[in-house]
This record gives sequence, structure tokens and C-alpha cells, in this order.
Amino acid sequence: MFSLIVWIFAVGMLLFSFLKNKDKTAKSLKVSWKFFCSMALLVLLTIWAIGFLVAFLPSAFISKTIGRNAGIEGVVLAALFGSVVLIQAFIAFPLAGSFLRQGASVTAIAAFVTTLVMVGVLTVPLEVKFFGKKFTLWRNSLSFIFAIVIALLMGVILR
Amino acid sequence: MKRNRVVLVFLILLALTNTCLYFLNRGKGLAVLVTGKNYLLEMLSILPPILILVGLFEVWVPRPVIERAMGKTSGLRGILVSCVLGTAAMGPLYVAFPIGLSLLRKGASLFNVAIFLCVWASIKIPMIFFEIKFLGADFALLRLALTIPSILAISSLLNLILKRSLSHEKI
Repeated sequence: MFSLIVWIFAVGMLLFSFLKNKDKTAKSLKVSWKFFCSMALLVLLTIWAIGFLVAFLPSAFISKTIGRNAGIEGVVLAALFGSVVLIQAFIAFPLAGSFLRQGASVTAIAAFVTTLVMVGVLTVPLEVKFFGKKFTLWRNSLSFIFAIVIALLMGVILR
Repeated sequence: MKRNRVVLVFLILLALTNTCLYFLNRGKGLAVLVTGKNYLLEMLSILPPILILVGLFEVWVPRPVIERAMGKTSGLRGILVSCVLGTAAMGPLYVAFPIGLSLLRKGASLFNVAIFLCVWASIKIPMIFFEIKFLGADFALLRLALTIPSILAISSLLNLILKRSLSHEKI
């Protein structure tokens, strides 16, 4: 149902774009295709890996480490993981979804997803080059702290 | 496409492992495939329209447009416009670094540039659809609603801290 809405939205936009400018629309489809080629195999790999994860990683382990009873340590662990890894949302969201279904807490998953996009440990050297050490250090630390705050609030609100 | 080749090697390894697993333990081997198939179907139901949107945004809202929108008015309106445009543009945070720097050079305040970077990092329209699909509408929309005030808080704190530390350095 939700997918259908997104399909209608995207196809509608595509049609609108086509009526406005055919060349640009053709170019946009080429961009889409190129993007697809760059990520298709990786997405397939992730999906398959999720299959293994669900079959072999016991739910008990997940709920013990990042589940509702794992406490703040589980949340911080998830947040640290999200800060360190550099993965595309196309891969992260299905993965996070499977963890959620396997017994991870909303809080931990929210912490992981939020730090994943806002905190970048691997890109720190690059950020320092552009904005300096102080800016980089503070932007990342503040983002980390707020990611945890967001996660805790979500845990409370979504039960 | 060197990365793709590495991924392909891993895919072949997974296929081999799955085959061995199937012969050792039929149930588990099939379970892996069934879970994978379910995720694949979910992915295929949402991926094509997302890809269409990514392509459309890339062509209609290219990076120079975002910079220009900001350049004309480096005030509040400029930052609002570039933030909204930033939610359409794809790419990880480090793609936004050079844009942020050029905004800073054009006279945008540190507060505004911090907002721009945070919005770019965390709010992407195609990705919100994706998040709703895999993590649920409650999760995605609540996270979005909490992220916006957090970005404002992070940016004001950043502005405050860096201003003070800059004056310290001068002393």
C-alpha cells in the first residue's frame, strides 16, 4: 500500500518532468540507472546476509545486546556502531529493520540510524580539512549526544 | 567498478555457503533463502520509484543550483531555500562539505552553515520513503520530528562554542 503511494508519486513526477523537458527526463533516468548499477550487487549481498543473520544470530543475543533490557549500554553501543561505519541508507534501513524484528529495541535502532547519518568518524579527516578541528569535533560530539537524546525520546514515545 | 567485483566475490561466497548449508541442514538453508527472498521482494517494491526520484532530483536540483540559491541571499531565506533543496539532493555528508565551505566564504553565518550540513546529512526525501518502508511510519516520522529541533539546538550550541573559543584564541 505504502509502496503504491511512492510509485504513484514517482511516476507522477516523472510524467511532469517529461512534459516539462524531455532531455532532462532522459538524463534523469540515466542517472537512476547508473545509481542502480552502482548499488544493485551490494544491496543483493546485504539482503542475502540478512537471511543468514536471521537464521544464525539468535534473537536472544540481539535482545541481550541491543534489546529493551540491554539498558543504556545497548543504546550507546548501537550509536557507536552507527558513528563508525559508513554505509548507505539503502543498506542500513533493511538491516536495521531486520534487527528491529529480531528483538532490538526502538531506542537502539534509532540511535544507530541517527548517528549513521549525522556522525561520521571515518570522514573526520575530510571534515577537518574543510572546517577545522574545533568545528568537526564539536559538530560530531553534539550530533552524537543529540542522537542519543532522540533515541531515548523515541524509546519512551514508541513504548 | 572495482568495488562491484569485490562484492561479486562475496556474493559467490555466500552462494557457496548457502549451498553447503542446504546439504548439511535443509531447513536452515531454505530459511536463509526465504528470508532473503522476502527482503528482496520488499526491496523491489520500493526501490524503482526511489531510484526515479533520485535521478529526477539530481537533474532538476543539481548542486550549483543549491549554491546559487544560497549565494543570492545569505540570510535566513537563503538558508531555508538551500536546506529545502538539500533534502532533494543525494549524496552522503562529505559531498556537502565543499558546498558548506563555499557558503561560509560567501558570507553565510556559521549557524546557517551548520544547519545546512546537519539537514543535508539527516533529511533526504527519498530516504524518508525508504525508512517508512523498512522501519515503519511511526518510527520514521517521529525521528524526523525530533531531528529538526535537534539540528537547531546543535547548530546554536556549535555557534556559541566556536564563537567563544575563537575569542579565546585571539586573547
